[in-house]
Amino acid sequence: MKVVVIGNGMVGQKFCEKLLSKGIPDLQLTVFGEETLAAYDRVHLSSYFAGKTVEDLTLQPVKWYEENGIDLRLGDPVQEVDRLKKNVTSFEGLSIAYDYLVFATGSAAFVPPIPGVDKHGVFVYRTIEDLNMIWRHAATAKTAVVIGGGLLGLEAAKACLDLGIKDTHVIEFAPRLMPRQIDEAGSEILIQKLKELDITTHTGKNTAAILGNETIKGMIFTDGTILSTDMLVISAGIKPRDELARACGLTVGPRGGIVVNDHMITNDEHIFAIGECALHNSMIYGLVAPGYEMADVVATQLAGAAKQFPGFDMSTKLKLIGIDVASFGDPFISGDEARTIVFRDNHRGIYKRINFSNDGKELLGGVLVGDAEAYNMLLQICKNKMALPPDPMDLIIKAKEGSADAGAGVVALPDDALICSCEGVTKSDICNAVTEQGCETVDAIKKCTKAATGCGGCAPMVKDIMVHTMKQQGKLVRNVLCEHFGYSRQELYDLVKLRDLHSFDEVLDTLGEGDGCETCRPAISSILASLWNELIVKKESATSQDTNDRFLANIQKGGTYSVVPRIPGGEITPDKLLVIAQVAKKYNLYTKITGGQRIDMFGAHLNDLPSIWEELIEAGFESGHAYGKSLRTVKSCVGSTWCRFGLHDSVSYAIRIEERYRGLRSPHKLKSAVSGCIRECAEAQSKDFGIIATEKGWNLYVCGNGGSKPQHALLLATDLDSETCIQYIDRFLMFYIKTADPLTRTATWLNKMDGGIDYLRNVVVHDSLGIGAELEREMQLLVDAYQCEWKNVVETPELRSQFTHFINAPKEKDPTVQFEAMRDQKKAATW
Amino acid sequence: MSNQNWFHVCSVQDMPHNGGVCVKYGEHQIALYYFTHRNEWYASQNLCPHKQQMALSRGMLGSQQGEPKVACPFHKKTFSLKDGHCLNDEACSSIKVYDVRVKGGEVYIDVKDMDQQAMVHAHRQETVSPNI
Repeated sequence: MKVVVIGNGMVGQKFCEKLLSKGIPDLQLTVFGEETLAAYDRVHLSSYFAGKTVEDLTLQPVKWYEENGIDLRLGDPVQEVDRLKKNVTSFEGLSIAYDYLVFATGSAAFVPPIPGVDKHGVFVYRTIEDLNMIWRHAATAKTAVVIGGGLLGLEAAKACLDLGIKDTHVIEFAPRLMPRQIDEAGSEILIQKLKELDITTHTGKNTAAILGNETIKGMIFTDGTILSTDMLVISAGIKPRDELARACGLTVGPRGGIVVNDHMITNDEHIFAIGECALHNSMIYGLVAPGYEMADVVATQLAGAAKQFPGFDMSTKLKLIGIDVASFGDPFISGDEARTIVFRDNHRGIYKRINFSNDGKELLGGVLVGDAEAYNMLLQICKNKMALPPDPMDLIIKAKEGSADAGAGVVALPDDALICSCEGVTKSDICNAVTEQGCETVDAIKKCTKAATGCGGCAPMVKDIMVHTMKQQGKLVRNVLCEHFGYSRQELYDLVKLRDLHSFDEVLDTLGEGDGCETCRPAISSILASLWNELIVKKESATSQDTNDRFLANIQKGGTYSVVPRIPGGEITPDKLLVIAQVAKKYNLYTKITGGQRIDMFGAHLNDLPSIWEELIEAGFESGHAYGKSLRTVKSCVGSTWCRFGLHDSVSYAIRIEERYRGLRSPHKLKSAVSGCIRECAEAQSKDFGIIATEKGWNLYVCGNGGSKPQHALLLATDLDSETCIQYIDRFLMFYIKTADPLTRTATWLNKMDGGIDYLRNVVVHDSLGIGAELEREMQLLVDAYQCEWKNVVETPELRSQFTHFINAPKEKDPTVQFEAMRDQKKAATW
Repeated sequence: MSNQNWFHVCSVQDMPHNGGVCVKYGEHQIALYYFTHRNEWYASQNLCPHKQQMALSRGMLGSQQGEPKVACPFHKKTFSLKDGHCLNDEACSSIKVYDVRVKGGEVYIDVKDMDQQAMVHAHRQETVSPNI
C-alpha cells in the first residue's frame, strides 16, 4: 500500500507512528514536509527560549524515519496533486503515486489585515524559524506587544519574558483573555497574575494601524490610543493550510479548512485530512489531542478496521507563564440550564467555577485559574457522568488536597475512563500494565502504555492509579532506597542511629540484604557521615563513597581531579592567592574562579593530590568539600565594611556561617549566601539558606535553588539577631538532614512537604514538634566533630597510599591522561 | 584450563575492601576488585566503554538480583563482573573480564588473553604533553 502524507507536523508525525504500529504489509510511506526540520513539539515552543534545543523539541530524529522505512522529504513541499492519476508532485519535481493521500498540512498564523503588518519587527509565532527571527530582533527590543490573548498569544508573551523583555503587552479584541476557555471572572484573575509578571493586558482593544517607517515604532488603536513598541508578535488565531487542497478541487469550508466526514475522508475517497487543516462538523480543532485521535482514526481504517472520529472534548489544562489555567466540559453554561458554584481568592489569585445540573447530580463543566490540581478528577467526573458529592462545593474547596483523596478519587473511575487523552490510554490499560506487565513505576507504565508521554498532564493521575492498583494487589508501596534496603532514607537514618551502626557493611548486614549498589552505598555513607561525622576515607568506608568522596576531589573528564580549597565568604589574602598560584603552576593545573567565590584547580593526577594538599594546608587552607554532598560555599557581598549601602558586615557573618557548617554531610549539596542589604548582591534568595540584612537584623530565606529548575527561597523568619538566625539554621538543616530523601535538594524537599513553608516555619520557628532543642544539640555535635579530611589524609601514611593510580606501580601516573592547550592553559582531551 | 599465565599483582592486605584498584601490566590497565562482602575476587578491563574513561577500578561494587557488578564513577553504567555485559544500557558494549587467583595471601590475574588482545587504550596517544 502506497501512502503519502503531506505535512510533517505533530499530527503528521503521530500518524506515521500510528500507521507503523498497525503492521500493514508492503507499506510504502512517503512524507513531505515544508519545513527543513523534522516534526517538533509545537505545544512547548516557548520552552525554546527557556533553554530547550531543537533536539529536545524534536519528536523523533530523522534516523527514526529511516529506520522505519519512511521516505521523509523535508524542505520539499508538495506543489500539485493529480487526483485522477493519483500522484503528487513536489517542489523539487519528485512525482510519487499514492493509493491513499493524507493531508496533515496544519495551519498558519492568522494575520489580520492591519495596515503596516509588513513592517520590520512584526512577527508571527508558529515555527522554530519564527522563533529564531524573534530571538534576533528581541536582542535590541525593550518593549514587546502580542496581539491575541488566547492560548498561543499568552505563550508568545511568555516567550517575550524569557527573552528578557521587561515591558510586554497583550492586546485582545474580545472583552476578556482566552475567550474560548475561560469566563470574565477567570480572565480578571489571570490579568492580575500577568500584571505581577509585568505583562500588561489590554482587552476590548482593536488595532487600527502599525506605526513606524520601515521598522515598527508603535501601534494605534481604533479608540485613538497609541502604544509605543519595538516589536510585535501576532498570535491572533490560526488559518488552516488548505490552499493545495483547494487547488486540486477538494471541498473546503467557507472560512477555510478541508471538509471531512466522521471517517476523516474528504470528498475524494482516497484522500484524508487530519489535524488543524481538517474541518470536521464545521469545527477546526486547534489542539493536539484531537489531531492525534484523527491520526488514529485514519491509521486504523487503512489497516482495514472501522473507526470514526466522534468529535472531541475541548477540555484543556495548561500552565501559562507558570499559571495553571484549565477549562472542561461546558465552561460557560449558566442561567436556567445549570447551577454554578464560584470560588474566588483575589489574594492568592485563584478562581474556580463549576457548573452542574439543576438536580445537583451531574457535573457539566467549569473553569480553573491559578490552581488546577483538581482538573483531572473534575474532567473524569464530568466525562463519565459520575455522581457528585452531596455538597458539590467540596469538589473545588477542600481543606487540603491530600493524596488520600486523590487515591479515593481514582477508585470511583470507570475502567474505560480516558486518562491520557494524548495517547488514548484508559484506566484499565494502566491497571493491566500493573497487574499483567508488572509495571511498578510511572516510568515503566510510560514505556508500556505510552500514557503521560504526550503533554504529561495526566502523570499524577497515572501514579495514583498505579499506587492504588498495587495496593489492591496487596503490594506494599513504599519509598524504599533500592533492592538492598526495604526502608526510606528517613527510616534508615533513625535505625542506624538507634542501632549505633558505623560502617556500610554493618548497616547492610543489620538492615539490608545482598551486597549493596551504587545507589545505597552513597546514601548510607551520607547518613553515617551526617550522624557521626567520622572520617569518610577510612579503609572500611572509602569504597562505599562516590568516587569524589573516596578521593576527596572532583573527578573530571579524562580521569584527573579538581581541587577546591575553602575560601570562607569568598575572602582571601594576597598571600594565600600567591600560594594557590604557586601550587597551580607547580602541578600544572588549570585555574578557574567558581560561581561560589572560590578558585578551582583542574587537571590534578590522583597521585599528586596528597602533595598538592600538603602545600595548601601548610599555607593555612583546608578542604572546601566541593566533592561532597555537603556545605559548599557561603557567598557574600562586601557588606558594610566597604559598601556605602551595606547595613551589616555580611562578610564576617558569611565566614562565621561557613565555618560553622563546613564539612556537614547532607542528603544533597548545600549552598548559602549572606547579603548586606536588600540589593541582594550575594543572590541569597537562590540558595538553600540565604540571609539578607535588614535595618533591624537578618531575614532568613530557605529552600532556594539554582540549577536546572531554579526556585526562589522562601522567607522563613524576619529581623533576627545573629544568634537566633544561627539557631534557626541549625534546626532547619538538621530537620532536612533527618527527613529528606537521598539526593533531594532543600527546594524539592519543601515542595513535597505537606503544609509547605508554613509547616516548616512551625517546626523551625515555633518548635511545633518540640524537637528544636534536640536538633540544635545534634547540630552542635556535628560542628564539634569537624575535622579537615585532607589534613587527616596528608598526615596519615596509610591513607595517603590510597592515592595512587597503579597498585603495582605506585609512583607512575595514568599514562593515558591527555590534555590539549587552550587560551594559555590546558583542558582535558575531548572524548 | 590450559596455558594460563598468572601475573602477580599484590598482597591481599594491600587491597581496599569492597572496592577496586588499577593494575599495570605492560601497556595494559586492569581493574582488580576485592568484593570482601561476598569474599570474591574479580578483574576486568579498566576502560569504561561508554565514554572511554580509565575509571572502572575507581567504581563502586554492588549486586543486582545477586549478580555482582561494578558501576563506572563517570556516568554510572553498571557491568556484570561475571561476564562483563552492561546491566543498565543495552546499547553499551561489554567489558572484558579476567580470572583472579589468591594463593598464600598473594593475588594473581590470568593475563593469557592479554598479549593477543589489541591494546585496550589503542585509540589514545601514549604521551602527555608536559608543558601545556
